[in-house]
Amino acid sequence: MRYITPRKSAIGLGAAHEGTQHHWYMTVSAVALAILTPLFMITIACAIGLPRELLLAYFGRPLPALITGLFVIVGMLHFIKGTRIMIDDYFQGAVRKGAIIFSVIFGWAVIALAVYALARMGLGAIVVL
Amino acid sequence: MADVNRGNRPLSPHLQVYRLPLAAVTSIMTRITGHALVAGIVLIVWWLVAAVASPGAFACADWVMRSWIGFIILTGSMWALWYHTLAGIRHLCYDAGYGLEIGQAQKSSQAIIAGSVALAVLTLIIYFLF
Repeated sequence: MRYITPRKSAIGLGAAHEGTQHHWYMTVSAVALAILTPLFMITIACAIGLPRELLLAYFGRPLPALITGLFVIVGMLHFIKGTRIMIDDYFQGAVRKGAIIFSVIFGWAVIALAVYALARMGLGAIVVL
Repeated sequence: MADVNRGNRPLSPHLQVYRLPLAAVTSIMTRITGHALVAGIVLIVWWLVAAVASPGAFACADWVMRSWIGFIILTGSMWALWYHTLAGIRHLCYDAGYGLEIGQAQKSSQAIIAGSVALAVLTLIIYFLF
């Protein structure tokens, strides 16, 4: 007779010491993105077609800047982790390593570019007299 | 082995001609739409960076955004984003233990397809009205 319960054998970190964090991160970011998605669509739909000066002023405002920044950051982190699952499913060895590295670098590059653009548009807008 | 007479028995199921259930198709589509969305976000981020870079860069990016190429990418991304959102919400339900029966998965698959198309059409109507 085994004195160990099924719960006891399932509990704990296992040999890899991780595994649930990835799934939990996708769950949390999915809920965040479900809220951000309609807001982001409205934000971008209002901005398409604006001339450059008005576009710069538009994304200098708090709500469009915050919604766009949050959507790109959370979205690209969700993308990096989501791509990781696809890569793990379809690729092996060096190709897998290269694809993971590329996906992480690409994701952070997109985040950096978006944050840079939003910062440039936002920081110049306040004039202190 | 090729010329062994195997008689007139049915051939084994062929993976390439196996008709996927709708729930499997909608699940694979979740992954495809998620990865395809990168086209839309890259276009939008390029447009934002070009706006702060220079008038020339913005003119180029803005032309692409408002051209038929941009319209196809943005409209496609908009539908893909609705699809991925609805399918993602279904995944959260799956994780919570709901909707895992075959009949329920079939119904939710139909709801995701119909819902994403309806939301995409509604978004386009609202966009062109206002």
